[in-house]
Amino acid sequence: MVTVIAEISGDSLHPVTAQLVGAVGGGVTVVCPGGIGANDAASLAGVDQVIAVEGDCFSSFDGGAWASALAPHCSGRVITASTPRGREIAARMGASRGVAVVQDVTEMDGNSVSRPIYSGKAMESLTLSDDVILTLRPNTFAAAGGGGSAGVNTVNQSADVATSVKEAIAKASERLDVADANVIIAGGRGMGSIENWGELEKVADKLGAAVGASRAVVDEWGLSHSIQVGQTGKTVNPSLYIAVGISGAIQHLAGMRSSKYIVAINKDSDAPIFGVADYGIVATWEEALPALSDALSNL
Amino acid sequence: MTDVAVLLKQVPDTNAKIMVSGGRVDEGAVNKWSMSPFDEYALEAALSLGGSITAITCGPDRAKKMLTDAAAVGASNLLHVQVNDLTTLDSNQLSTILAAAVGRTGASVVFCGKQAADTNSGSTGPGVAEKMGAACVTMVSELTGDSSEFMALRPATDGMERISVSAPCVLSFDKMAAELRRPNVKGIMMAKKKAIESITVEDLGVDIGSSSVSMDGQSPPPEKPAGQKFEGADSVSTVVSKLRDEAKVI
Ligand SMILES: Cc1cc2nc3c(=O)[nH]c(=O)nc-3n(C[C@H](O)[C@H](O)[C@H](O)COP(=O)(O)OP(=O)(O)OC[C@H]3O[C@@H](n4cnc5c(N)ncnc54)[C@H](O)[C@@H]3O)c2cc1C
Ligand SMILES: Nc1ncnc2c1ncn2[C@@H]1O[C@H](COP(=O)(O)O)[C@@H](O)[C@H]1O
Repeated sequence: MVTVIAEISGDSLHPVTAQLVGAVGGGVTVVCPGGIGANDAASLAGVDQVIAVEGDCFSSFDGGAWASALAPHCSGRVITASTPRGREIAARMGASRGVAVVQDVTEMDGNSVSRPIYSGKAMESLTLSDDVILTLRPNTFAAAGGGGSAGVNTVNQSADVATSVKEAIAKASERLDVADANVIIAGGRGMGSIENWGELEKVADKLGAAVGASRAVVDEWGLSHSIQVGQTGKTVNPSLYIAVGISGAIQHLAGMRSSKYIVAINKDSDAPIFGVADYGIVATWEEALPALSDALSNL
Repeated sequence: MTDVAVLLKQVPDTNAKIMVSGGRVDEGAVNKWSMSPFDEYALEAALSLGGSITAITCGPDRAKKMLTDAAAVGASNLLHVQVNDLTTLDSNQLSTILAAAVGRTGASVVFCGKQAADTNSGSTGPGVAEKMGAACVTMVSELTGDSSEFMALRPATDGMERISVSAPCVLSFDKMAAELRRPNVKGIMMAKKKAIESITVEDLGVDIGSSSVSMDGQSPPPEKPAGQKFEGADSVSTVVSKLRDEAKVI
């Protein structure tokens, strides 16, 4: 018995939900907070049943309220996405059920799971009892396809909300979030100065990529912390990560080493970033970025 | 002025090499132990509120050193719950222990890190909140107000949002803009004399039951095949072709 709690984004089902269903395979009940995305969830292959849980408590995010409203509709193993919300709901539910929550699982086979620890410097394998709660790392498991036709059961559930949103602050830029991006191009101190950042953004636009940064430039050039990748920034898991003028300090690697493919552009052939790069280019960004831009245009 | 309990975990320094031997991370090979980075921000946030702070850690004896470090920057009370091997506890058991430890201090406001640098979980803040029947806001990067009402800045699905929350509550902290305070000589001297209350899980009088997971082993991360390296910007077009044809990512 497996219940997947849908990840929602605005008014729609977040694509990671299909990955959670895909990771289980079949026999899944999907619970949709606020009823959002219920019809889309019902069309995923492997879904037996969708429970659309509606209620006032879903109008803003309160982990305690969401977990308590969803819990009565979740049975057996519960799986959420390893996103900020998914992790918080899972942690709340584990503590209220009195069972463990295992976060950020990257491999799953029945009751055996593995997850990175020490920011990817090691892995840990665990055997779970049946009712343990899991969160799965996005972009790690193959998504379930379409073609399902599960029934949708709508229920109403109330819960006490203990927090309230006083102010919403829109994103400073319309750029893609590094946490959601399939391609990221990230810059470091090797970019020289903030004046050159636009060069990186131009290539990002060509690639349809999100822009990331090392902590050095976030701190020194006043860039938004939301684009910092690493130990004290975001952990990202894109198909392609291009590091430009980033040395590859252990704390930076902590956030991006699990990217599927890594390209490093650095003028120092001994830079540690080359140790994790699938494709290393020893060159300055001044030469390499225009060449990259041209090569992309010629594809 | 509120009393705040701050949950602090001692972890291998982020610069430390993590070695695995006999299917376990070798703690003996860790050359430096530090306060987990986000916990430093939790402590800083508590210090800037200006009330009395109890720093709580659960772990082996070596973790007491970190409590002394917390006292050196201003933590008023230090509570150590003795557990020799934290990997034997699951998230539910740890939350039970820490919530009971918080209960002992009488604090209704709890600050902690958004995730520990060893587990990378982020389970403890919401878990402790659940055990306390408290509100929780995670990933806080700015905090104003006092115990009657805090305003916390946290990420939203599309940008950031300011959340109001009041005690009883647990706030888990992300990196903040605030500079971390460093201890001065006087602080370090005073901290050395500060008593650490060290207790066992039994002393807390809670039943933590048994773990619902068992750890089969820890291992080094999977080896990546060695990459290909090219000299000069002329190679960029080659790499782009490989990204398209070999890696199939663009
Ligand atoms: C507790 C803690 C947490 C941390 N968390 C993070 C984190 O989350 N994320 C993070 O990134 N860091 C983090 N750090 C910082 C980390 O240790 C490094 O200091 C940081 O990553 C260095 O950033 P950088 O690679 O941009 O700069 P540098 O290390 O200065 O590297 C610059 C690189 O650019 C290259 N270069 C110079 N000029 C050019 C050119 N013209 N063209 C091409 N290449 C060029 C150089 O060869 C060099 O390799 C943390 C540190 C600590 C102690
Ligand atoms: N053993 C512990 N003792 C004290 N605080 C802890 C302990 N484990 C976790 N915490 C706190 O909970 C936060 C999140 O930890 P985790 O859930 O393990 O990612 C940490 O940043 C600490 O603030």
